[in-house]
Amino acid sequence: MIETILQISLLLLAIAMIGLIYRLIKGPTVPDRVVALDAMGVNLVSMTAVLSMLLDTSNYLDIILLIGILAFIGTVAFAKFLEKGEVIEYDRDQ
Amino acid sequence: MTVISEIVIALFLLTGAFLSLVAAFGVIRLPDVYTRNHAASKSATLGVMCILLATFLYFLVKDGLFSSRLLLGIAFFFITAPVAGHLISRAAYNSGVKMWDQSVRDDLKDKK
Repeated sequence: MIETILQISLLLLAIAMIGLIYRLIKGPTVPDRVVALDAMGVNLVSMTAVLSMLLDTSNYLDIILLIGILAFIGTVAFAKFLEKGEVIEYDRDQ
Repeated sequence: MTVISEIVIALFLLTGAFLSLVAAFGVIRLPDVYTRNHAASKSATLGVMCILLATFLYFLVKDGLFSSRLLLGIAFFFITAPVAGHLISRAAYNSGVKMWDQSVRDDLKDKK
């Protein structure tokens, strides 16, 4: 029973991923695409969790934390680039 | 695994997957970047937290494995996903992305 549930939820997550890819391609502005990429990172974490249950191994649980941290850092870097034009700025210039 | 733990895990899994699907539909259908960000950052966060909780319960019930990495992941997502949504939304406003043309209220307009 639990295996069927896992496959169904993996299918739902894959449909959600396709919808986010549509917004990533079509999105009229750059922040739209960044929002779609951030949600794709979160979805990828869910897919990794479901896949680790489906394959019945606990070795993938590190990857969940790693993808979460990388997606957050990427989103923050993109937001700062969109707002100020550079990611790492020097104090001396101000 | 007992039947009742399977039912609880399946309930959490289906709730999480459904919320992720709702987030994706919101990102497709809503009219401007702020409403899309609202859908993506709230609904996807709760969805991934439900799925990680289901994973935690699965390994706890089946193998007796108390995975503190998953608890740390739940706490991390609960803290960082709204912050990331806020940062994108603020960057979009400051870089001049227009709101939906039927929006009625913009509190930040005369702050600049």
